[in-house]
Amino acid sequence: MTLDTTKTLNFSPFLRLQWEEAQQKHVILYPEGIVELNVPSTEILKLCDGAHNAEDILVELEEKFKQPGLKNDIYGFLEVAIENGWVS
Amino acid sequence: MAGSVNDRISPPRWLLAELTYSCPLQCPYCANPIDFARIKSELNTEDWLRVLSEARAMGAVQLGFSGGEPLVRPDLTELVKHARQLGYFSNLITSGYGMTEAKIVELKEAGLDHIQVSIQSPEKTLNDELAGTESYDHKKEVARLVKKNGYPMVLCVVIHRKNIHQMHDILAMASDLGADYLELANTQYYGWAHLNRDQLLPTKEQFVEAESIAQAYKEKVKGKMKIYYVVPDFYEDRPKACMNGWGTTFLTIAPDGTALPCHSARELPGLDCPNVKDMSVHDIWHHSAAFNHFRGFEWMKEPCRSCPEKTKDFGGCHCQAYLLTGDMHNTDPACSLSPDRQRVYDAIFQARHDAESANAKPLIFRNPKNSKALT
Ligand code: SF4
Ligand code: SF4
Repeated sequence: MTLDTTKTLNFSPFLRLQWEEAQQKHVILYPEGIVELNVPSTEILKLCDGAHNAEDILVELEEKFKQPGLKNDIYGFLEVAIENGWVS
Repeated sequence: MAGSVNDRISPPRWLLAELTYSCPLQCPYCANPIDFARIKSELNTEDWLRVLSEARAMGAVQLGFSGGEPLVRPDLTELVKHARQLGYFSNLITSGYGMTEAKIVELKEAGLDHIQVSIQSPEKTLNDELAGTESYDHKKEVARLVKKNGYPMVLCVVIHRKNIHQMHDILAMASDLGADYLELANTQYYGWAHLNRDQLLPTKEQFVEAESIAQAYKEKVKGKMKIYYVVPDFYEDRPKACMNGWGTTFLTIAPDGTALPCHSARELPGLDCPNVKDMSVHDIWHHSAAFNHFRGFEWMKEPCRSCPEKTKDFGGCHCQAYLLTGDMHNTDPACSLSPDRQRVYDAIFQARHDAESANAKPLIFRNPKNSKALT
């Protein structure tokens, strides 16, 4: 699958992204399931807010983490997120 | 007690709140206990609010409201509201019977995340026959209203010998209703399904065919509809890892407040499950004998005890071991290594015999009259 890096991304309205105190982690909740997230994945998903596209997310997070060269990681994760229906 | 089982207990993640055993339908595969009609007491609203709070504080996050038919409870909306405030992701598991659009909207406003509607068959006559009540048209209408009001549409069809040949039509119905999730749940033979097993268990050929149709469709609708296919373990070599391990993940609270490590555990003799009216959810989870009974591997007999796969399936399902062998500590006969494996073959043989017989036994429907007559 190829990611359209200019398309605005939205986190699915059917799912919920929230902090879980018991696990000290963010999770995605969906019908019949829970996915535990690490910090970078959480940051990416939080930016899928209807205002950012993949390119914006890349710029913003490279800036935030003060680390260049995140392109493969971020785009790779977004592809997985789209395939799983978390983001569209 | 360093290194004891208690130190390694993980918190519950899923809470199943069985709000009531009342149900307008009479499905002959219902997972409720056979003697449900004799269990009359129901937790009051306050008890449920406390149970939700206590389980959430421990880490439970997925919540199912089921029954019976949870819509029968007049305090459902209040419970949903509380669940949302606590941060649960909540699911209403309903037959759709008695649901109105006003209720769907009200529940959404209260914070309900999704509604799972079950349909017995894509064919009206069979649906109504299995449900024991005319309900087909209304169920389909409810499914549409669920979708219309912005919920993910979760459709559940329980699969057995009476409808397994309709797999193509089941899939077409799901797509027609715009299902986002489809649960194809092969019947698990506990409760009423155990009672009706000879009439419900499909043959191996039927099962193989239905599975291949469902799997092919799953590929086709990938990205549009998520299909969960629950396999029937009678035709497998290894049992399921029941409840992801006893007392590790799942907590069920029955209508009268009995806390169960799995929703069928009520059938297990001598387990003596605790009640939320007597103990906090925390104490039940950590300290009750019932929840500790099958934790770890100490309880195991051979061949499980020395089996390298025990960390994968935990010896299978204890309810199935009990129902098929009379001892819940035995290896689940769904495992080909079980010395009681023959019980599974016998069950398959009996079911085939029933299927081919000219005067097949009638189904026993799940209703208060039959419940009382049987217990
Ligand atoms: S399986 Fe059928 S009878 Fe049992 S609770 Fe569900 S709808 Fe009611
Ligand atoms: S013998 Fe027991 S532990 Fe081994 S595979 Fe069978 S059920 Fe699982």
